Amino acid sequence: MEFTRRDTLAIGMGAVAITVLPFRVNAAAEEAISAFTGGADIAETGVTLIAPEIAENGNTVPIGVEAEGAVAIMVLAMGNPTPGVATFTFGELAGAHSASTRIRLAGTQDLVAIAQMADGSFAKASSNVKVTIGGCGG
Amino acid sequence: MAEGVKPRVKAPSSAAAGEAVVLKTLISHQMESGQRKNADGTPIPRSIINRFTCEFNGKSVIDVKMEPAISTNPYFEFEAVIPEAGDLKFTWYDDDGDVYEDVKSVAIA
Repeated sequence: MEFTRRDTLAIGMGAVAITVLPFRVNAAAEEAISAFTGGADIAETGVTLIAPEIAENGNTVPIGVEAEGAVAIMVLAMGNPTPGVATFTFGELAGAHSASTRIRLAGTQDLVAIAQMADGSFAKASSNVKVTIGGCGG
Repeated sequence: MAEGVKPRVKAPSSAAAGEAVVLKTLISHQMESGQRKNADGTPIPRSIINRFTCEFNGKSVIDVKMEPAISTNPYFEFEAVIPEAGDLKFTWYDDDGDVYEDVKSVAIA
């Protein structure tokens, strides 16, 4: 098999891509976001994400999300081994479109909440949480 | 991980028609994330509750898709509108196929 100049370049580019990929830690999170939004634009207002500034124990971090008129809200922890946290889908009898729960965070990282509105638009909010003790065991 | 799972729900026993009430739920569950390793270094397999739903007289209030990042003993707090007297039905779906249920009746005050 002969390598032309073009083949050599292509192989080189492939090798570069493979070495760069592991450093894109947020690739899985970006994938989850695009799967949820279908690539639509995301507005920056309309969602409230309540999270502590400093969480002493990453095993139980209390968070809350609220978005007026939302159909569904997805919460992502960008620094966790798997970024997905939960997706809240509100039914016809939901009161205020809010929910709170307790989550695990592996370390200091950004939390992101993305809401799908009734009109099909999307909005997001993010918050940085400093974690003293990570919650992934190990 | 089907042993020792006990759902607890805090819901008002009566409400005004059309009123939004706050519901709090807690279920005791290990929520093994699949990330931890035991003493030999072998990973402990994932075993979590992956879905939680709340319905009132068959109409959906909330449906939560849960991932391993939800803490041990999953807790949820949310609001539901109570249009008439009826039953709130809470359902948790375990990875191992078990389904845990709790029902709370709400009267109209």
